[in-house]
Amino acid sequence: MGDSGLPATARAVLIGAGIVGNSLVQPLARLGWSDLVLIDKGPLPNPGGSTGHASNFIYPVDHSREMTELTLDSMAQYEQLGVRTECGGLEVARTEERMEELRRRMSSAASWGVEPVSLVTPAEVKELVPYIDESVIVGGFYCPTVSVVDSLRAGTLMREAAQESGALTVSANTEVLGIDVEHGRVTRVRTTRGDIEAEVVVICCGVWSPRLARMAGASIPLTPAVHQMIDIGPVPRFAGAKSAIEHPIVRDMDTNMYERQDGSGLEVGSYAHRPILHDPEDIPSIEESALSPTELPFTEDDFVQQMEHALELMPEIVGDESVGIKYAINGLLSLTPDGLPVLGETPEVKGLWSAAAVWVKEGPGVGRALAEWMVEGEPEIDLQASDVARFHEHQKSVAHVRARASEMFNKTYGIVHPGEQWASSRDVRLSPFNERERELGAVFYEAAGWERPHWYESNRPLLEEFEVTERETEWDSRWWSPIINAEHLAMRDRAAIFDLTAFCVFDVVGPGALESVQRVSMRQMDAKVGKVVYTPVLTARGGFRSDLTIMRLGDERFRVVTGGAHGMADLKWFADHLVEDGTAQIFDLTSTWCTLGLWGPRARDILASTTSDDLSHEGFPFATCRTIEMGPLRVLASRISYVGDLGWELYVPIEQGARLWDMVWEAGEPHGIVPAGIGVYGTTGRLEKCYRAFGFELDGEYDVVEAGMAWGKVKDQDFVGKEAHVRHREADPATVMCTLTVDDHVSSSGQRRYMLGGEPIQTRDGAPLTDAKGRRSFVTSAGAGPSVGKHLLMSYLPPEYANVGEELAVLYMNELFPVTVAVAGSTPLFDPDNQRVKATGAVAA
Amino acid sequence: MRILVCVKRVPLTGGKMVLTADEQALETRHLGFTISPHEECGVEEAVRLVEHHGGEITVLTLGPPEAEEQIRETLAIGADRGILLADGGEEWDPQATAAAIVTTIETEQAAGGEFDLIVFGNESADSGNYQVGIRVAHALSRPVVTGLKGLSVEDGRARCEQEVAGGRDVYVVPLPAVVTVLEGINLPRYPSVPAKLRARQKPVERISPERPSARLEKLRLVVPPGQGKQAEILGQGPDAAPAVVEVMRELGVA
Amino acid sequence: MTVLVLVEHDGGAVDELSLQALTFARSLGEPEVMLVGGADAVERLDVATAHVAEDERLALYAPGAWASALGEVIDRVAPAAVVAAGTNRGNEVLAHLAARRDLPLAANCTAVVAENSAGGAGAEGGGLLTVTRVRWGGSLLEEARVHSQLPLLSVAPHALPAAVGEGAPAVERFAPAVDDADLLVRVAEHVDEVTAGISLAEAKVVVSGGRGVGSADGFGILEELAALLDAAVGCSRVVTSAGWRPHTDQVGQTGTKVSPDLYIACGISGATQHIAGCKGAKKILAINSDAEAPILANADYAVIGDLTAIVPAITAELRKARSP
Repeated sequence: MGDSGLPATARAVLIGAGIVGNSLVQPLARLGWSDLVLIDKGPLPNPGGSTGHASNFIYPVDHSREMTELTLDSMAQYEQLGVRTECGGLEVARTEERMEELRRRMSSAASWGVEPVSLVTPAEVKELVPYIDESVIVGGFYCPTVSVVDSLRAGTLMREAAQESGALTVSANTEVLGIDVEHGRVTRVRTTRGDIEAEVVVICCGVWSPRLARMAGASIPLTPAVHQMIDIGPVPRFAGAKSAIEHPIVRDMDTNMYERQDGSGLEVGSYAHRPILHDPEDIPSIEESALSPTELPFTEDDFVQQMEHALELMPEIVGDESVGIKYAINGLLSLTPDGLPVLGETPEVKGLWSAAAVWVKEGPGVGRALAEWMVEGEPEIDLQASDVARFHEHQKSVAHVRARASEMFNKTYGIVHPGEQWASSRDVRLSPFNERERELGAVFYEAAGWERPHWYESNRPLLEEFEVTERETEWDSRWWSPIINAEHLAMRDRAAIFDLTAFCVFDVVGPGALESVQRVSMRQMDAKVGKVVYTPVLTARGGFRSDLTIMRLGDERFRVVTGGAHGMADLKWFADHLVEDGTAQIFDLTSTWCTLGLWGPRARDILASTTSDDLSHEGFPFATCRTIEMGPLRVLASRISYVGDLGWELYVPIEQGARLWDMVWEAGEPHGIVPAGIGVYGTTGRLEKCYRAFGFELDGEYDVVEAGMAWGKVKDQDFVGKEAHVRHREADPATVMCTLTVDDHVSSSGQRRYMLGGEPIQTRDGAPLTDAKGRRSFVTSAGAGPSVGKHLLMSYLPPEYANVGEELAVLYMNELFPVTVAVAGSTPLFDPDNQRVKATGAVAA
Repeated sequence: MRILVCVKRVPLTGGKMVLTADEQALETRHLGFTISPHEECGVEEAVRLVEHHGGEITVLTLGPPEAEEQIRETLAIGADRGILLADGGEEWDPQATAAAIVTTIETEQAAGGEFDLIVFGNESADSGNYQVGIRVAHALSRPVVTGLKGLSVEDGRARCEQEVAGGRDVYVVPLPAVVTVLEGINLPRYPSVPAKLRARQKPVERISPERPSARLEKLRLVVPPGQGKQAEILGQGPDAAPAVVEVMRELGVA
Repeated sequence: MTVLVLVEHDGGAVDELSLQALTFARSLGEPEVMLVGGADAVERLDVATAHVAEDERLALYAPGAWASALGEVIDRVAPAAVVAAGTNRGNEVLAHLAARRDLPLAANCTAVVAENSAGGAGAEGGGLLTVTRVRWGGSLLEEARVHSQLPLLSVAPHALPAAVGEGAPAVERFAPAVDDADLLVRVAEHVDEVTAGISLAEAKVVVSGGRGVGSADGFGILEELAALLDAAVGCSRVVTSAGWRPHTDQVGQTGTKVSPDLYIACGISGATQHIAGCKGAKKILAINSDAEAPILANADYAVIGDLTAIVPAITAELRKARSP
């Protein structure tokens, strides 16, 4: 190719020839795209980004299913390319707390189907890694499929294959000067070697991605951060090494470090030092760099303790005076505010895609999945947790990204509890009820930046009133309180109010509004004004894109209410599917409306005392909404329930929220009203009712029939995923959503244990359950069912096991606990006939 | 033996020199620092002498407070203690540098006895003044041999070897003496992890001397214009071999 | 205005770099020269006066004694400046002089201007000289003011053309007053070393390898090509630091500076430290996988690609071309 061998137009321009860019080109070509252009400002095969100094090892086991699936796919692709060397890997524990975490790793491995793995004793570790001092550890987790890959070679092979197929032009040493956007669509990439017209542009340049996104007015929230490593050698023991890796890699989890043999040397890497973040605008150029732009000068002061730790663990090698430190860098890698990659089309610019914050271990998997998403509209592996559209505005701020990335960094090898809350960048979004909640001793958890009460310390006296099970172990009760269960019982007994302001609320309006919402909703939207419809939102393959409620407020006005965490992605989905003729518009009203939930057998009495409007079952039926007057407030009331009791969601403008709270509170006091937190709303209340939650039971990899939500008939109108959905209805489901109860909580050490979610469901003999599509059964949600007196687990089970009374087991902390299927399908465990929600009586008993 | 090694902290440069806006220094925001290469070999040479003859090595540097990093590097490969003459961030000319070093050496010698050998690099990588060692030697009335590629000590004399055309020139001088060495006199060792950790415990003394006005006064730095070459691409891969041989013929070297 | 120039010679001929220093000196004033021995070598010098120090004890180089001799001439001639070539000896002798008289020395200058034109440079006018001098082995230049009544300047090698012309200088022989202290440091012995192969500094062709060669063994193909071309094998600093080649093979700021007709840089990125050593080559051929490596901005020819394929191909092509 000559100097200006750049084509003038391209089907897609990919910016960045690291592991991600290289992994994308082949699947894009295979799916039929040609005229692809891959550019990088650096030389090939190593353009100087993070791939070039990556440690290149892969530990397949992660607590996240999405990341594990991507990693496993990547390992298979590396294998196919012939660049994978299986060396095995250990995670060693220096503390009992870490051993417990490694037992939890065993669960995750089984849930995602990574086998074989085992827990090993210090002596067994010593046998695998003879140069370790086993006296400093208490045990380890061994995964023989841990591998080292040659990511640069893999990149070259994938790139060259795409070039040979004629689909790809590669241009190294080509720097992007600008990305042009017209009418919200990307149109052109301007480079040092000329302009390329393209309707699709992918930013896959790692630590530089925010800079590129900014050129187009979009946002890729990540920060370059330092990961330190040193290479010592030559190690006498490795003198005869025939290849780069012949010994298992060791992760010294409690010190946030790893050690791996690299030829005749030993590489020691760390995530233990203080977070050292860089400004993406301030990464040196290739020419200015002594090594490469992402290999920055080593700061030894940050590595002192790590040297001591390495010395403790591997004294034979690290303590050898003849083994010198030959290479030491502060390598740059990408950190995001939530630790997940940033993938998908940017919400700001059509046609501009992000493929950033991806590590070598998941690169090829991400490449394949993203290519599917780009070409077919949807990947096989659900990438929704990594969707670039997930970020709320404040989450794109530099301050937020840096704060969370700093907090995240030291958790790289950390023991992260599933309920763990962020400490930094809090108190960003406060509901109008916040002051009241503080006075009541609310313990706040964060959702989408909102501070939401998870439980209220003011309810502690309820523990005297209701019988509530305490949890014995610190781990099971961390980020949990028995007060949650007490609040639950008080709600079932009387009534409770909930702060639901974190909901994302957006209106679709205009003559084309009905058609616009019909397109994305599985259920019939052509309902009467005042109707509230709960509907799944499907992907083209018939998996779940979301589930949410839509209120029809007028002929041409629909109000969509969805969860805060996923709301921004839903907003983009709806916006992307508006009718093309411009007769429908979408408005984000999240920051306009606050929401107060009121549920419980006394809810009607309480609300009735504040209004003269008709709240009777006949006058205000279930699944309807309308405006009622409460004193001076005109309140949009919606009679639905996610907790299985009678009640309403009450919406007022944010500035009237405090007044609304006070009115309901005062009216409720004679009825014994309590404030209740999301611990009830999100877990105990819904679990008893077998209500599914998006991101837990519901995601792109499961369909409506499997989820047991295919009630009613399929509407006539077209909607995304309809064809697939019809097909799913015609076939038997490969798996069935079930609710299980734990029969015996007592562990071998005599402690009562409570599962928290993510654990594998197995036979009583400990055999994994796998459905016809190869998916393992695992706990999607776990929590107390205070009204049914059981600890509840939800899980998809293959049909042959999905029978009420089926005796199975759950693997928790590497021990099997007996469980029984209580519900197969969606019939609620508590109040199966929904008497409470219907509450037809004028006054509850 | 008591040996003093003088070292200088210099940036590790890449393929391009970038200056600060005031043109007074290299832009080092993105750069790491190292010991100027000749002096790194000077430290190694001192360590080898002490390994052979016993003794103590003091390392002295004039530089910014951050130059402690370079002193620690030398402590990690075997020096015993460091002295940091902390400048105010401004460059010192060679005369001022030599004078500050001489003052420090005199104080050190008054307190702890004479240095048998004072080792410099032949010239620093950055400023390349080729004179500080000689100036110090004169001030201390010591013999000085420069540009060494070989050094051994026996019976109170130093045998010094220079590489010259066709072989080596050998000097033999009595100790105490001053030498300046060149990279290649040895291959410096990499510090081990235990040595790095030990180095952090070794003493480094800080002194803040006054900087006199410069007699070789730096006005500004200039990045020389590139050679303006546009390499003629003879081809890609092995297919270019005939074109290469053709060029060799034209140049008369084939 | 007189400028005194220290001229080096090998007994028969004046050193090329000293002739360059002479060119430099002319930009300041009228040069006179001083040599240590070598009265026969002065013919090529187009100057009025050549001061020749003659003393048997100076037959072997002794920097202190040379400085003493130079000092005598300075005292006699009262030059406005003293200039020497920026060679090991030139710099060393000037440094001794500078130390003895507490004068500033600007080493490796490429240009000089007198700031105060009224009285010319140096002592007479009281004006100061501004020099341009080499830093970082030539990767950076410094403009500096020399605060001195007697500026001492050495001249960067190959910065200026050699002075040409015939002269018949008046030769003033003198026996310098040299004391024992001046002779304490003196070459005691010269050890001849027959270097196997071609000397790097003098080779007409240098085949040089960098990080891209990958290992010590990787140099085999470079050696093979070098053997065919009667070339020397060189390398970059990365290579010597890694222990793949001895330091004597290093081309660069801290290694050997080479000036072959053709310098073949294989897998060398072109850090400033390396360019400082090879920029004296007449032509540079870069063999590199990176078409944008800094070496290409310093090269005349380039072949882009994998050197492990390209170098043997060139060797084979050469063999083919030579076979009858």
